[in-house]
Amino acid sequence: MNKQSNSYTIIYIIVLVVVVGAALAFTAMGLKDRQQQNADADRMRQILAAVHITPAPADVVADFGKYITSQAVVNSRGETVGDDAFAVSVAAQVKLPADERQLPVFICTLPDGSLKYILPMYGAGLWGPIWGYVALDSDATTIYGAYFAHQGETPGLGAEIEKPAFSDQFDGKTIWKDGNFMPVAVVKKGQPSPSGEDYVDGISGGTITSKGVSAMLSDCLKPYEPYLLTLRLK
Amino acid sequence: MADKVSNKSIFLNPLSKDNPVIVQILGICSVLAVTAKLEPAIVMGLSVIAVLAFSNVIISLIRNTIPTNIRIIVQLVVVAGLVVIVSQLLQAYAYDVSKQLSVFIGLIITNCILMGRLEAFAMGNKPWPSFLDGVGNGAGYAVILVIVGFFRELLGSGTLLGYQVVPQWCYDHGYVNNGLMILPPMALIVVACIIWVHRSINKDIE
Repeated sequence: MNKQSNSYTIIYIIVLVVVVGAALAFTAMGLKDRQQQNADADRMRQILAAVHITPAPADVVADFGKYITSQAVVNSRGETVGDDAFAVSVAAQVKLPADERQLPVFICTLPDGSLKYILPMYGAGLWGPIWGYVALDSDATTIYGAYFAHQGETPGLGAEIEKPAFSDQFDGKTIWKDGNFMPVAVVKKGQPSPSGEDYVDGISGGTITSKGVSAMLSDCLKPYEPYLLTLRLK
Repeated sequence: MADKVSNKSIFLNPLSKDNPVIVQILGICSVLAVTAKLEPAIVMGLSVIAVLAFSNVIISLIRNTIPTNIRIIVQLVVVAGLVVIVSQLLQAYAYDVSKQLSVFIGLIITNCILMGRLEAFAMGNKPWPSFLDGVGNGAGYAVILVIVGFFRELLGSGTLLGYQVVPQWCYDHGYVNNGLMILPPMALIVVACIIWVHRSINKDIE
């Protein structure tokens, strides 16, 4: 058989690709469940990080069950439409118009008995998606904690949003000013906030990522306004 | 490969005399990227050993059937397949490490050591020597990674594998972690120091 002929080459590469493809498909199917569990546990860790709880890797799932005492899915009119917030993909929901979104809320009971409302967010940084969680006190006004993560921001610059040094600035900020709903802005250090809302310092050299965080806060928290209003009135 | 080389030297040469990183200066980019901590360096080293050994064996097994004009493509398909399998396994069994290594596992595909060994060795040798060559070269790479990771984590963070090894009283007496060690340029400088030491011991390498 002529190994240099075109037909041999074509058949050879087809067979090779089918064999390798089958091997990969088989591996992916076999490992899917475990990978999904790991990814879920990682999301639970991030949600707990917003309320300053950092369990050991082995305890994440148990602690999530312990502290996140209930979940709710609300719509932009503040009505509760579901109770499985964990199953809602925030990345898919932010693509919809604000009044069609399903908005997940994780309700957390801390060891001292206080209630915190954890709201997920999703937006765009410089190189890729950024996401985060904001935890509000039970008055739905003061931020108790925040957590941000990113896929591929520049290490040392935009990637700093992941560090507590950035996210801890949000603690104690308020999202209502004189009865108006105003999510926290991220601004250049030393500058005042654009319209009087509470603000935190952005990251030097990470301007676009900082602006991304600011836009994400406003875009993702605005639809929660009616829901948070009902919480405030309680 | 005109001379018959013994299996032992096939395995041992890449560890020192013919080391892919410090003698052939291949695969430097991943040395920069994954050695800020010891643990990812070890996992990366093991991954490269596994991918290199198995791709060498597979290519060596099918070397007489590969059409010459698409041999590079065939090698790439085999390597890419193995790399994806390793990456999937890490995501399932070592999620945190796979997150730290992120794209660098995928970038094993482009590691020059792999294509170099496949082209230079596996295409012309039987499976068993190819396996030894793969393990040897992978280990030669991993050793450097671990040495660099060891010094960078020890001096940069004062820890090893995440455990604190620099005692607290050192910090109390004014010792400070060298933050520069965590930045990529120091990986190059540490590699250069290793090359320096290695060359002054092995004077015959020029």
